[in-house]
Amino acid sequence: MSTITWPILSVLIWLPIAGGAAMILLGDKGIALGRWIALITTAVTFGISTLLWTNFDTTTAAMQFVEERTWIPLFNSYYALGVDGFAMPLIVLTAFITPLVVISGWSVIDKRPAQYYAAFLILEGLMIGVFAALDALLFYVLWEAMLIPMFIIIGIWGGPRRVYATIKFFLYTFLGSVLMLVSLIYMYLQTCDAGQCSYTIADFQRLPLSLNEQLFIFIAFLAAFAVKVPMWPVHTWLPDAHVEAPTGGSVILAAIMLKMGGYGFLRFSLPITPDASDTLDWLVISLSLIGVVYIGFVALVQQDMKKLIAYSSIAHMGFVTLGSFLTFELMRVNSGDTTGAAMGIDGAMVQMISHGLISGAMFFCVGVLYDRVHSREISAYGGVVNTMPIFAAFMVLFGMANSGLPATSGFVGEFLVILASFRADFWYAFLAGLTLILGAAYTLWLVKRVVFGPVANHHVAELTDVNGRELLVLGVLALAVLGLGLWPAPLLDVMRPTVENLVQQITVSKL
Amino acid sequence: MEAVVTNFGMQAAAAEIFLLAAICVILLVDVFLDDSKRWVTYGLTMLTLAGCAFVTVNYAVEGRVVAFDGMFIADPMGDVLKLFTYGTVAVSLLYSREYLQRNGLFRGEFFILTLVALLGVMVMVSAGNLLTVYLGVELLSLSLYAMVAFDRESGVAAESAMKYFVLGAISSGALLYGFSILYGVAGTLQLDELAVSVREVGAGNLGLIFGLTFVIVGIAFKFGAVPFHMWVPDVYHGAPTPVTLFIGSAPKIASFVLAIRVLAEGLDAMVASWQGMLIAISVASMIIGNVVAIAQTNLKRMLAYSTISHVGFILLGILAGTTDGYRASMFYTLTYVIMSVGSFGMILLLSRKGFEADQLDDFKGLARKSPWFAAVMMMLMFSTAGVPPFVGFWAKIAVLSAIVNVGLSWLAAVAVLLSVVAAFYYLRVIKLMYFDEPSDTYSIEAGGTLRAVLSANGVAVLALGIFPSVLLDLCARVLP
Repeated sequence: MSTITWPILSVLIWLPIAGGAAMILLGDKGIALGRWIALITTAVTFGISTLLWTNFDTTTAAMQFVEERTWIPLFNSYYALGVDGFAMPLIVLTAFITPLVVISGWSVIDKRPAQYYAAFLILEGLMIGVFAALDALLFYVLWEAMLIPMFIIIGIWGGPRRVYATIKFFLYTFLGSVLMLVSLIYMYLQTCDAGQCSYTIADFQRLPLSLNEQLFIFIAFLAAFAVKVPMWPVHTWLPDAHVEAPTGGSVILAAIMLKMGGYGFLRFSLPITPDASDTLDWLVISLSLIGVVYIGFVALVQQDMKKLIAYSSIAHMGFVTLGSFLTFELMRVNSGDTTGAAMGIDGAMVQMISHGLISGAMFFCVGVLYDRVHSREISAYGGVVNTMPIFAAFMVLFGMANSGLPATSGFVGEFLVILASFRADFWYAFLAGLTLILGAAYTLWLVKRVVFGPVANHHVAELTDVNGRELLVLGVLALAVLGLGLWPAPLLDVMRPTVENLVQQITVSKL
Repeated sequence: MEAVVTNFGMQAAAAEIFLLAAICVILLVDVFLDDSKRWVTYGLTMLTLAGCAFVTVNYAVEGRVVAFDGMFIADPMGDVLKLFTYGTVAVSLLYSREYLQRNGLFRGEFFILTLVALLGVMVMVSAGNLLTVYLGVELLSLSLYAMVAFDRESGVAAESAMKYFVLGAISSGALLYGFSILYGVAGTLQLDELAVSVREVGAGNLGLIFGLTFVIVGIAFKFGAVPFHMWVPDVYHGAPTPVTLFIGSAPKIASFVLAIRVLAEGLDAMVASWQGMLIAISVASMIIGNVVAIAQTNLKRMLAYSTISHVGFILLGILAGTTDGYRASMFYTLTYVIMSVGSFGMILLLSRKGFEADQLDDFKGLARKSPWFAAVMMMLMFSTAGVPPFVGFWAKIAVLSAIVNVGLSWLAAVAVLLSVVAAFYYLRVIKLMYFDEPSDTYSIEAGGTLRAVLSANGVAVLALGIFPSVLLDLCARVLP
C-alpha cells in the first residue's frame, strides 16, 4: 500500500497551475525571477511525481492515491483522482517533459515570456489532471480546458501561419470531443436508470449496454480519441500545428497531448464498449495500418524537418491504436489469447512513453537548429556534424531511436506490438513491420541530409555547438531513451496488473 | 368560480409596489434637478434597486403564494429571478454611466425607463394570469422601444426603434390573439385553471393548438428566436450600447419566465404540441444564429446572432418539458445574462469620446494594451462558446442532459455540433486580441468602477465554472 497520506495528485495538478497564476501576476517585468519560478515549480512537480512511482503498489490494478470530494451534487459528479498502471507513467512523463520545455525556452523566448511560461505551467497541471481524473465529467472538463493554453501557445509564439494552424487545431479537437460529451451524458443517464446516478468512469465500465448503444458510444469516443492521437484520416491538423508551434509547444503536443488519445482508448473505449470494439476493431486496425504505412511514405517526401517528425509521430502512434485493438482480434482468432492481448496493450503503452521521449527529443533537436538558423527546411542544412559534433551525436542517437533501433526505447514498444500482431495475422505483422524500414528510411535520410555531408552554406559554417542548457535537455532525454530501451522491465512491471485487469474486463461481454 | 382566498395580497407584491412608488418619486425629483445634479437620479436608481432587493429578501416566500385573486404569483423561482434581475440592472447601469455621460444620454428618463422595464420584467415573473402576462410584456416592450430610440441624434437608432416597435407590436398582437383563443376554448385566463381546463377539453383540441401556435409566435419573438429574429441584429446594432447591454440581459430573463409561466404552467398538458414547434424553432435558431454570426464584422451584430443561437439552447431546455429541463433552462438563462452583460461591458470599456469600440477590429492587440482585460474578454468568449472550465460549459451540459433524458439524443448531437461552428467566431475575437498587433495606440480610459465590476464579472465566469454548484443548486432549489 502507498504510504503517502497527503493529496499528492491534487498537489501535482494545482502546484503548476498556481505557479502559472503567479507568473501571470508577476508579468514580463519580473521575468528574470519568473523563469526561476517556472523552473522550480516544474522541477518540484517532477520530484513529487517520482514519489508516485516509488510508492506505487505494483501488485494491484486498483486505483491508487485516490482522492474524492463532492464537486457537483446535482450531477453526482466528484472531484475524484487516482492512478493505475496506465495513468501513473504518463503523469511522470508529463512532469518529466515540462521542466525540459521550460529550460529549452530559457533565453529563446523574448516575446511576452511570462505568459509563455504561465501557459505551459497551467497546461501541465491540466494534463496531469486528465490522466488522474476518475470522474468522467472532471476528465472532460480538463480535456477541453487543455485546449485553451495550447491554442494560445501556438497562436502567440508560433510561426507565420500560426493563426490558421491554431484555429484548425482547436476546432478539430473541439469537434472530436463534443460528441464524446453527449455519450458521457447518455451513459450518466443510463446509470440513473440503473439506480445510482454516477459520472464515475469505473461505473461506466460496469454499465451494461446493448450493442447498438455501444456502437454509438464507441463512434463518439472514436471521434474524440482518433482526432487526438491522431489517426489517419483525421490527422491533418497535426502537421500544421507542429510546424507552426514554438519548439516547446511541439514538444508538449507530441510528447504528451497525443498520448491522451491513446490513453482515452485504454480508459474509455476498450472497457466501456468491449462488444462494439470487438465488432469494429477491423476499422481501427485498418486505419492504424494505413497510418503506419501511408503516413510513413508521406513522411519520406517532406521538405520541412518539423513536418517530417510530425508525420513520423502519426505513424508511430498508429502502433498504439494497433496494439490496443489487436486484443480483440487475438481473442477471436486464437480463442482467448490473453497473453497476446496483454502483449499488444503492453506494447501500446510502452510505445506511448517511448514516443513521448523520442518525439520530444527530436523536436528539441529541430528547435536547437531553428534557434540558430531560423529555418526548418531540410535543404537549409547539411554537414552540421562539422560545426556541432556533440549535437550531431544526439541527433543521430534520437534518429536511431525514432527508427526503432534495439537498445533504444523505440524498439521495445514496436517490437511488442509486432509480436502481438504476428499472433493475430501475418499480414498485420507484415504491414506493421514495414514501419521499421520506412521509419529508418525517413529518419536516417533526414539525419543524413541535415547532419552529414559537407558543410552546405555559411549558416551551417557559423553554427556553434549546443550550450550547457541544451546539453542538459538532450542529455537527460538521451539517458531516458537508452534507459527505457535497455531495461523496460520496471515500466512493464508497473503496468502488469492493470493490463491484466483490462484484458480480463474486455473478455467479458456486456451483452 | 371561487376566488382564491389569500391573506397575503399586498405583501406578495411588496417589491413591485415599492418599485412603482420609487419610480414616481424619482420622476418627481428628477424634474427639479439640473443637468449637473443628474447623478442624484442615478444614485436614487441604485438605491431603489438595493431597496427592491431588500424588500424581496424580506418578503421572500417558502412555497407558491397566490395573490390578487390569482392574478399574481409569488414563488421562490420568482424571488430568485427578481433578485438576479436587480443585480443585472445595477451592473448594466454601472457599466453604462460613463458612456451615457459622454454621449449626452445621462438623463433622468433613461433611468425611469430602465426601472419601468424592470417593473415589466417583475410583473411577468410573477404573472398568474394571461392578462398579467400581457401587462408585463407591454410594460417591458414599450420601455424598450423608447430606450432604443433614446439617442435622438442617431438615425440608426431611430430606424431600429421603428423596426423594433412595428414588429414588436405585431408579435404582441399575435400573443394577445393566441391568449384570446385559449380563453375562448378553455374559458379561463388563470394559468392554474387553464392547466386544468386544457386537460378537460383535451390537449389535442384544434382550437387550443391554434391558439398555442400564436402564443409560441409571441414567445419566439420576445426571445428573438428564428424565424422571428429579424429585429435582433438591427436593434442590437442600432441601439446605444448601454441599451443593447440592457436588452441583452433582463429581457432574456423575462422571456424565459414568459415561456415557463405560459407553456410549462398553463399549457403543460400540451407539451407534445409545443415540443415539436420549439424543436424546429430551436434548431433553426442555432443554425442561423451561429452561421450568420461568422459573417459579421461588427461585434454588436455578432453578439446579436450569438444571442439568437443561445436562445436556441435556452429553448432546448424548455422543450424537454421536464423540471430538469426548466431548471437547466433557467441556469442557462442566468449564465447567459452574466456572460452577455460582460461582453457588452467590454465594448463600453473600450469606447471613448467619439469612438464606439463596436467593430471586431477595435479589439485588435488588446492583449498588448491591457493584458488583464484581454484575459477577461477571453474568459467571456470561451465561456460563451461553452468551453470548460468556464460557466457556459455547465449551462450547455445541463441543457443537454435534460434533452438526452427525454430521448432526444439526436437533438443534443445537433446542438453540440453547431456549438463547434460557434466556437469559430468566438475564437476569432480571441485571435484579434492575442495574435494580432494593435492598430492604434489609445489606451483604456474607463474609470475605476467600470474596471472593477467588469473584472469581477470575468472572474465570476471562471469561478462559477469551477464551482458551478453555487448557481446550479440555487436553480434546483427553486424549481424542485
